[in-house]
Amino acid sequence: MTIVEGTQTYDVARIREDFPILGRRLAGDFPLVYLDSANTSQKPVQVIDAIDDHYRQHNANVARAMHQLGAEASAAFELGRDKVAAFIGAPSRDEVVFAKNASEALNLVARTLGDSGRIGQDHEIVITEMEHHSNIVPWQQLSQRTGATLRWFGVTDEGRLDLDDIDTLITEQTAVVSVAWVSNMLGTINPLDAIIAKAHSVGALVVVDASQAVPQLPVDVAALGADFVAFTGHKMVGPTGIGVLWGRYDLLAELPPFLGGGEMIETVTMAQSTYAPPPARFEAGTPPIAQSVGLGAAVDYLSAIGMDNVAAHEQAITAYALGALQEIDGLTIVGPKEAVDRGGAISFTLGDIHPHDVSQLLDSRGVAVRAGHHCAKPAHQRFGVQSTTRASFYLYTTTEEIDGLVEALHHTKKYFGG
Amino acid sequence: MTDAMNVDSLYQEIILDHYKRPHGAGLREPFEAEVHHVNPSCGDEITLRVHLDGNTVSDVSYAAQGCSISQASTSVLNDLIVGKNVEEGMAILDEFNTLMHGKGKIEPDEEILEDGIAFAGVAQFPGRIKCALLGWMAWKDAVSQALVTTSSTTGDPK
Repeated sequence: MTIVEGTQTYDVARIREDFPILGRRLAGDFPLVYLDSANTSQKPVQVIDAIDDHYRQHNANVARAMHQLGAEASAAFELGRDKVAAFIGAPSRDEVVFAKNASEALNLVARTLGDSGRIGQDHEIVITEMEHHSNIVPWQQLSQRTGATLRWFGVTDEGRLDLDDIDTLITEQTAVVSVAWVSNMLGTINPLDAIIAKAHSVGALVVVDASQAVPQLPVDVAALGADFVAFTGHKMVGPTGIGVLWGRYDLLAELPPFLGGGEMIETVTMAQSTYAPPPARFEAGTPPIAQSVGLGAAVDYLSAIGMDNVAAHEQAITAYALGALQEIDGLTIVGPKEAVDRGGAISFTLGDIHPHDVSQLLDSRGVAVRAGHHCAKPAHQRFGVQSTTRASFYLYTTTEEIDGLVEALHHTKKYFGG
Repeated sequence: MTDAMNVDSLYQEIILDHYKRPHGAGLREPFEAEVHHVNPSCGDEITLRVHLDGNTVSDVSYAAQGCSISQASTSVLNDLIVGKNVEEGMAILDEFNTLMHGKGKIEPDEEILEDGIAFAGVAQFPGRIKCALLGWMAWKDAVSQALVTTSSTTGDPK
């Protein structure tokens, strides 16, 4: 049993037993050290079994199938929505829209805000230099479609948002501000309260990319006060293929549809259609049914452990890793170097050894990390690096795994003659 | 599987040598075509120039940012291609490309690929094949453009 300092009641060994894949051994008989959870998390048996049971016992299409299985599948699908709504403190279940991932959720907002006529050429859209590409490209596209101007917050040398020019960036012209809660590359937890307050004071909408936040922090969207929050199931021990857009109901009700198709309509004639109310309006076609079941099981799993405990473990393991990594000669962390307002993703460079080569050597020791630009090229450019190696942690990560990472990094340095 | 996935089969001594001391690195003049290629999955980049003297590839110069595999592969390309004519160069490219996509089951021809045979191990690491091909694809693109340029200026080099 591993007890991480500061989380006395947190039993990592017990939690790891729920994740069959963590018992795998890889080439060379090395045990898997999975440090790529910011990329995708592993899945507990509770989630795997829920999906398995759905396909074995309850599979049917939803909403339109009138038979018994159809009723069961519909109830199971909608139960997933109820669970997600409760998990994030949504005032209404109808504010939870299922998409295929966080990217689609963000595209949904950007596209429909444009189509609603809310954004024009006199407007400005504000993002940040530390965004994932999925919270950059949709806004670039929106600005191209509407003529609106795209602006962004810079990042300090420490890897924090530079809020010094918040008053010149967020102005009466600002229509929408879209910002990551937790950076997938730098690990920074951003001060959303200040940004949301400023944006709302000028009448701008706030979109939050919470892809890295919902998995590791207690989230209450009502208390947060943003207008839209996007995240994805697969980073929070749920399945791939399902993302979530939470939006204030009055705003969702005002927005036009995103994709057209089945189940998003009220009535259709050959000439025109009228549309269903949210969330169905934004869920054209057969939705991610088994994925909703799996995501429901995932939030049950996280809730049973307690998101406060998950967050405390993340904090403790990140602090341990920051300390251990900084003892390696030639290793430079890109992003905040202390575990303050910081999530569990650490990007770094190791001398002049290319991150591909670092990750290949780590992989040869069973240590799985991500290497590259992590879909955050502008953030890399900000720090003058083309790519980094990223280790990221989750509720099942142990200090022994961090020790394994450190040992493998020493091996890597030796291998490349560093 | 263990042997096949052995990281030493990827990082052959020859590859590490080329990586540490790349042959023909740097951008030079004259040239008829310059291309810029990226590997979108990792951000590796290369700017590569080709100078043709008639039908002979008289220089391949490059500036690249990338991993050991992509850097070493471009260094080997420089060794293999410079001095050959375009058709010979394309044949070597085909041979290298075939090796890369051979899933580790192809015996490389040392007569043709020389140091390039060290990349046989890369074919067993699907994630790294694009790294090994970055410079080669850039060269293919550049030489195609250079042929257009030189044919439209009746082969008179800059």
